Amino acid sequence: MTHKITASHIGRVIWSEFKPALLASFWICLLAFPIMTLSINPTNQSFKFSLDRMPYLALGTFVLSILWRFFLKRRAFIGITKAVHQSEGLPEDLRKGPKPSWLTVVKASRYRRQGIYVLLAIMAILPFISSPYTVNVMVTALIYVTLGLGLNVVVGVSGLLNLGYIAFYAIGAYTYGLLNHYFGLSFWVCLPLGGLTATLMGLLLGFPVIRLSGDYLAIVTLSFGEITRLVLNNLTVTRGPRGISYIQPAGFFGIDLNGAPKEFLVNYLRVDPAMDINKIFTYFIILCLVIVTIIFVFRLENSRLGRAWLAMREDEVACQAMGINRTRAKLTAFALGSTWAGLAGVVFASQITFINPASFSFLGSILVLSIVVLGGMGSIPGVILGAIVLSALPEQLRFFSQYRMLLFGALMVLMMVFRPGGLIQSTREVYIHKTNGNGKGDGNGTARLEALTGAPKPEATGERP
Amino acid sequence: MTYFLDLFLSGLTRGSIYALIALGYTMVYGIIALINFAHGEIYMIGAFTALLASMVLGSLGLTGWGLLLSVAVIAAIYSGMYGWTVERIAYRPLRGASRLAPLISAIGMSFFLQNYVQLAQTSNFVLFPDLVPQMPFLKPISAYLNRTQVIILLFTSVSMVGLTLFIKFTKIGMAMRAVAQDMTMARLSGVNIDRVISVTFIIGSVLAALGGVLIGCSMRQIYFYMGFLAGMKAFTAAVLGGIGSIPGAVIGALILGFAESFAAGYISSSYRDVVAFIILIIILIFRPEGIMGQAQTQKV
Repeated sequence: MTHKITASHIGRVIWSEFKPALLASFWICLLAFPIMTLSINPTNQSFKFSLDRMPYLALGTFVLSILWRFFLKRRAFIGITKAVHQSEGLPEDLRKGPKPSWLTVVKASRYRRQGIYVLLAIMAILPFISSPYTVNVMVTALIYVTLGLGLNVVVGVSGLLNLGYIAFYAIGAYTYGLLNHYFGLSFWVCLPLGGLTATLMGLLLGFPVIRLSGDYLAIVTLSFGEITRLVLNNLTVTRGPRGISYIQPAGFFGIDLNGAPKEFLVNYLRVDPAMDINKIFTYFIILCLVIVTIIFVFRLENSRLGRAWLAMREDEVACQAMGINRTRAKLTAFALGSTWAGLAGVVFASQITFINPASFSFLGSILVLSIVVLGGMGSIPGVILGAIVLSALPEQLRFFSQYRMLLFGALMVLMMVFRPGGLIQSTREVYIHKTNGNGKGDGNGTARLEALTGAPKPEATGERP
Repeated sequence: MTYFLDLFLSGLTRGSIYALIALGYTMVYGIIALINFAHGEIYMIGAFTALLASMVLGSLGLTGWGLLLSVAVIAAIYSGMYGWTVERIAYRPLRGASRLAPLISAIGMSFFLQNYVQLAQTSNFVLFPDLVPQMPFLKPISAYLNRTQVIILLFTSVSMVGLTLFIKFTKIGMAMRAVAQDMTMARLSGVNIDRVISVTFIIGSVLAALGGVLIGCSMRQIYFYMGFLAGMKAFTAAVLGGIGSIPGAVIGALILGFAESFAAGYISSSYRDVVAFIILIIILIFRPEGIMGQAQTQKV
């Protein structure tokens, strides 16, 4: 008995795929029907009816629905294969580690150090050859990198959901703004002060919420953020919604950067004459801050404290049983995370020289949280990439500026459904017990522990016992 | 004393609307432990659908009670459909993912819906028609309570009682309680989890839509961003009362409504929200599980 594939078979297969997509498309059109076809004219309270948008919507949802179903099936298939492999102890076991991604290839590369130098050199040259607008975008992106890395300590590493993170950023910015406005203190004095104030506020918030966890913590931090914004909005000292303007940009030993140095740069380095050199200086300040932050968080990751945070994220009870001081771990996570927000806030105030409470709304907290989540929670390169993507991408998407936030929302949902680990997923360090096979290792055949970052080191590949 | 009574009644109506929205949060949370950030947006969509429906039906010549009820029903149906769809797209594929994934997805959905309404309609405030018919028999108490407030209290108490009866006495209500208690066990006893969750979302959305219609009638204007603050307040109310507990949500919402109303009346209207949030923080510090919530002991 043979099966011949006939046209009716193919037709049936296509129909079985298309029918749900058609239904979905019909459903979405039905949902969108009143809101998309009737539009209100707010000036004279009349409305008009038009079906113009519906065909596009129907076609769009039909195609998207097919893609959606395809990717969901693919996701399920990958999940099943992984589970089967795991249960049979087949390829994907600890010794081989997960499939090396491009990130681990970069990490294991011999030219890693040189690569970092080249990258730094490019970052150093970049502001001199780009337009003032680009420099501004880059400064914003780097501020978000700092914020993302700071929040990553709280949310990604320690697992404490903080929805009011932007408040600490506001506190940093206002520390500089107010001290500069009323006492004329300079940027360099205020930078540590801003960090310190934010840290203290972090501790202040941390103490009462020690006992809370999960969603209660989220709502308290959210309230804290809103309270901060509302208080800034209502106090007379902070000049309410008008905010503080004419904040001094960061000074460079009292030299006017737009005088002689600018002439030199424009004449000899062909820097854009429209450039505000203060912006370039701010760029270098925030670049240094980012570099210091990256070094700090990398060192922190495998420190005693970093591991305590990881343990706390995984299981609070077990971590206490292991002798970790939970109170201290939580407080340090809050305080350290806030410090970076405070520092970034000071730089932000000096960058745009004008701050008001509207710059620090809940949306800001959500943006920073999205950076951490989309980048990959707990993964430092991921957070950096996420910050650059989320702060620079909207600038690039100006041509459909009005659909920007719509796409942004859809992207967040899609990202969570299809790649919940973020752009660059964090890999836990895996320690394997390695027996010495070919005498290449430590000679006397004793077992040793080797840190693997996801993928095996080159010499470890051929040695699976 | 009249001033106090005024504040009391305005707090009561404010709290009733928060309660309608808070119920959706607390029911969803009780079942799948998810903060449904898009819930405020469903409420906003309910208000917009009600506005459009009232315009169309109004131009067809419907007036009075018929208009109010049919607008409320249409808004409720549409919001229910939206709630169901949001759950299908943004939360169902994430069953079994980490705790944060559905939360972020919910925030994304909330952005999406907000901008969808803003693009399809307008980013300005829109006037909402006065749908509440005249009620002559209210003459004696009209000094204290206007007809919109009466309608709000009436709608809210009817839907509360309806919801309580639904959860207590219907089969699906029993299934909902079972899933909230222990999802695995409920599944083993043959409860269709996905269906229960869908029904929960639909009920929550219907209540939110009613809240949207009522707030439209009382504030007389709506806009695309209204869901955010209302959602946040309602969520605060739900946490205040102990998230997951239905009577808790109502109590929390009323406390919040009174707190805001009295703070606005006796302190300053610009500090209204600050007082509400400070009360929340204080209650959570001394009673982290909320007023009616049960303390969860963590077992090893």
